Amino acid sequence: MLILSVESSCDETAVALVENGRKVLADEIFSQVALHQLYGGVVPEIAARSHLEVVTLLADRALRTAGRTRADIDAVACTYAPGLIGAVLVGVNFAKSAALALGVPLIPVHHIRGHIAANYLAYPELEPPFLCLAISGGNTLLADVRGYTDMSVLGRTRDDAAGECFDKSARVMGLGYPGGKPIDDLGRQGDDRAYDLPRPAVHGDDPYDMSFSGLKTAVVNIVHHAEQTGAELDKAGLAASLCRAVSETLVGRTMRAAEALGYKNIAVAGGVAANSRIRADFEAACRKAGRTLFVPPLRLCGDNAAMIGAQGYYEYLAGHTAGPDLNAYATMEL
Amino acid sequence: MTYTTHSESETEALGARFAKDLPGGSVVALYGDLGCGKTAFVRGMARGMGLDAAVTSPTFTIVNEYEGSPRSLFHFDMYRLAGAEELFDIGWEDYLARGGVCAVEWSENVPGAFEGDEIAVRFEKTGDDTREITMEGGPDLC
Ligand SMILES: Nc1ncnc2c1ncn2[C@@H]1O[C@H](COP(=O)(O)OP(=O)(O)OP(=O)(O)O)[C@@H](O)[C@H]1O
Ligand SMILES: [Mg+2]
Repeated sequence: MLILSVESSCDETAVALVENGRKVLADEIFSQVALHQLYGGVVPEIAARSHLEVVTLLADRALRTAGRTRADIDAVACTYAPGLIGAVLVGVNFAKSAALALGVPLIPVHHIRGHIAANYLAYPELEPPFLCLAISGGNTLLADVRGYTDMSVLGRTRDDAAGECFDKSARVMGLGYPGGKPIDDLGRQGDDRAYDLPRPAVHGDDPYDMSFSGLKTAVVNIVHHAEQTGAELDKAGLAASLCRAVSETLVGRTMRAAEALGYKNIAVAGGVAANSRIRADFEAACRKAGRTLFVPPLRLCGDNAAMIGAQGYYEYLAGHTAGPDLNAYATMEL
Repeated sequence: MTYTTHSESETEALGARFAKDLPGGSVVALYGDLGCGKTAFVRGMARGMGLDAAVTSPTFTIVNEYEGSPRSLFHFDMYRLAGAEELFDIGWEDYLARGGVCAVEWSENVPGAFEGDEIAVRFEKTGDDTREITMEGGPDLC
């Protein structure tokens, strides 16, 4: 089954062709990060407009890359939630018209389910159940993936996402946007014990919930204190200490959940999975605990449409299709 | 009116008192630097409005919606926006028309967007754990 898939929920506009949920025939991405760097963030109006112009071009290019024609498409999948509503709508509307014009099923896909499914593309042998940590600029959540379309959230951030913590810390340290990569690069050259950063404690009865705003604020305070006293800021040390603090929180929660639920397989998804410290710590922890780690390659970690095609296939098998009245939603439970 | 808080939970409590009887349609413009407690304040607002909502930072999503009756809460964050036009492009007027309370973090990024109808809440960090919170307009909390 060949699925044409569309992703447009934030910075990226992407279209892919995926066969049977596992094989990527084409994976076209138009990133607006370069545009956004000029502004220091996402500019929604620009986002929505470039999505609109770009999505049709990408679809044509995907077909050419795959050496297929429109007649080969068996279904159309799209991200319908959650995200920036104007941007999500561009993908949803394109998918609706494409499905209607081709006379094939329309499959709505939850963006985070897509990130989880990126693992199916990277690892043909991976099947649920497994535990998945989804970490990005807007999300930080630990999911219990019992089946391809049966999953629930075990824990999530109470305030800022892990990627947001990296981005904002990078901003106060003068490292630019997006901040994940510069922090990672700089951190690799620094002493991860240079600064004593708080390990975000979370109170209440959700043992896997996380918090990152305290960490962000601690970095802000350290930078401001240095500015005020004229003391030299050890930026590499601060970046390394920050990566360590974020990693210990994420890896600690995930390993504890795997132990409690008895999961052997642990998957990581989302853009923050690119962080080398987090990867290394996960590898070490899984080796020690005898668990198997799945981390998709960089290209599949960020937003892309191939992951939507992968999850779309399993949603289709579960009978989750939609009609032309499909809506886009800014928020939606996993 | 200026208030001083000494912890995140005090800021949340202030937000709860502030929002308790806030009329639907109010626009609350929040100003202040990274980590000043704007999101914490809005978390308190949700509680004060009787919403059972887990309020998280809307920086990436730009707006988080918390449906409630009679008042919903729309939690905006202008951190990644470049100007007031961008706010209108994401459907600001649609949210206003829905009659909920709109709380807007990083309002300094959308100068002139609110035409003076807003309640301004300014946050200043006066110590690692102290914040001075100044309200211009809005309910009297004494
Ligand atoms: N008196 C206080 N009031 C509020 N927060 C406090 C206070 N003292 C310390 N804090 C800490 O400051 C941080 C406030 O973070 P929060 O995310 O609410 O700020 P923000 O203003 O929304 O930041 P951003 O600009 O990133 O959106 C929290 O980590 C909180 O624990
Ligand atoms: Mg905030």
